[in-house]
Amino acid sequence: MQDLTDLYQSVILDHNRRPRNYSVLPTANRVGSGNNPMCGDQMTVYVKLEGDRIADLSFQGSGCAISKASTSLMTVNLKGKTIAEAEAIYAGVHKLVTTGTVAEDDMSDLAALAGVHQFPARIKCATLGWHAALNAAKGDAQPVTTEKPSD
Amino acid sequence: MNAAWKNIRADFPILDQQVNGHPLVYLDNAATTQKPQCVIDALTNYYRKDNANVHRGIHTLSMRATSAYEAARERAAKFLNAAEPGEIIFTAGTTDGINLVANAWGDENLKPGDVILLTEMEHHSNMVPWQLLARRTGAKLRYLPIVAGDTGLLDLTQLDKVLTPDVKIFAFIHVSNTLGVINPAAELCAAAKKVGALTLVDAAQSTGHLPLDVRTMGCDFLAVSGHKMCGPTGVGLLYGRKALLDAMPPYRGGGSMISSVEYFESKWAPAPAKFEAGTPNIADVIALARAMDYLDDLGREAIAQHDEKLAAVAYARLQAEVPGIRVLGPAHHRSGVVSFDLKGVHAHDVVTMADQEGVALRGGHHCNQPLMKKLGLSSTSRASFYLYNTEAEIDRLVATLQKISKFFAG
Ligand SMILES: Cc1ncc(COP(=O)(O)O)c(C=O)c1O
Repeated sequence: MQDLTDLYQSVILDHNRRPRNYSVLPTANRVGSGNNPMCGDQMTVYVKLEGDRIADLSFQGSGCAISKASTSLMTVNLKGKTIAEAEAIYAGVHKLVTTGTVAEDDMSDLAALAGVHQFPARIKCATLGWHAALNAAKGDAQPVTTEKPSD
Repeated sequence: MNAAWKNIRADFPILDQQVNGHPLVYLDNAATTQKPQCVIDALTNYYRKDNANVHRGIHTLSMRATSAYEAARERAAKFLNAAEPGEIIFTAGTTDGINLVANAWGDENLKPGDVILLTEMEHHSNMVPWQLLARRTGAKLRYLPIVAGDTGLLDLTQLDKVLTPDVKIFAFIHVSNTLGVINPAAELCAAAKKVGALTLVDAAQSTGHLPLDVRTMGCDFLAVSGHKMCGPTGVGLLYGRKALLDAMPPYRGGGSMISSVEYFESKWAPAPAKFEAGTPNIADVIALARAMDYLDDLGREAIAQHDEKLAAVAYARLQAEVPGIRVLGPAHHRSGVVSFDLKGVHAHDVVTMADQEGVALRGGHHCNQPLMKKLGLSSTSRASFYLYNTEAEIDRLVATLQKISKFFAG
């Protein structure tokens, strides 16, 4: 299972088994949800926005290891970031999961998502939570669905 | 099993390939089945030798194409034991056939307060067209529930309660694509007839998988997909009782479905032409007829026994040999569909990992989101068997799932 350990790196398995920030955030002032109608995945992301800074965020939902781990990693990486910084990080993640190449600076634990690009059917899983979070932070109340040409 | 079974895997050239470095084990037959060489040949021969438009020409090729197309209708009538070929309409598939009935019959015959009865195990294609019809006409939807637990069987004790005289049509799935349940179609049709309701049977998973006879079943409409029974994609059958088809208005307008056209009014051709506007899917219809010959050479009773046996073996072995598995559906008297949930592993991860081992499964809600919700699951993984699958492939399935279970338990 060579390719699979690429996809399911230990960081991914760990975040799948023990997702971080996996709860409802009582102080949240923004909520975003993401659905993948093709497979029934559903993620809700809670964001506490202070000005244009993501002071805190959390998530809950059901989904595959990739969508769960990617969303969990996201909560760790976006906490404390401004919306612009968050968008820049997502741009790097998007490049990573679609091409397998890391953007210029160090992506630390997010680099574990690199294997996704070898499994095109799973790219949407990796981006679902990110869309939901960024839309919530930017005030777009529309639930995101993977069936929009947004990724 | 007769001689036609002898070299069955050789009949399906696609099966002989490596996927991700392993011999392909194709277990996604409920989504679509593979095609035997004879069906592929029927398609290419048609395009190489006989291709012409039907019903319009008087030249030799057109006559050849027309007679093959109409012979396919006779073949299909025989395959389903319809009273006459005129009861067979060629469609694009099950979804198309159900939409035809929901529109042509439904718009004309339903009024506010009428009830459309469905079951809780319907595929979205036998749910959404009726939701649209209900919205257009003011009719109401009602559902026959399934019993609690994992068998997925219909709760027939509720039948009398939901099948009341205000039900105008009862549309139900014959064999469940999610749980492998085989519904007692003849019994349900008889009960519907008693209250004056028509019946539409979604036979996408049963036609070509088990013996099926519309007159013994007693249904009014029956919808079929060719691609789930060794035929090409994009073609299907709708059986309708002749008297009903004759009374129904057309579904789509265009060429071939008219008897005369004036600038402001037209007259319709009789059924089935009335429902086949435009140039039909000639090549695929002809190839579908060839698939019916192929299936009948094997024998549909034998196919059903083969599928049921594989499903029973898979059910028992998965339950016994794969840690943390929950196998859904009834243990006995079932079709070749076996759905399961692997504890702590999402169906997508199961399918991705199985694919790396060359095993083709399906994961998701299988076009029945309400049923998944009822089972308390967001998705399941599904192995579905058909006539070319073997017990050796179940070995591969079991070994693969054991590996996946271990990987995630890690
Ligand atoms: C039970 C059932 N009904 C209807 C359909 C829809 O068939 P098609 O997509 O060929 O129209 C399917 C196919 O997935 C099915 O399994």
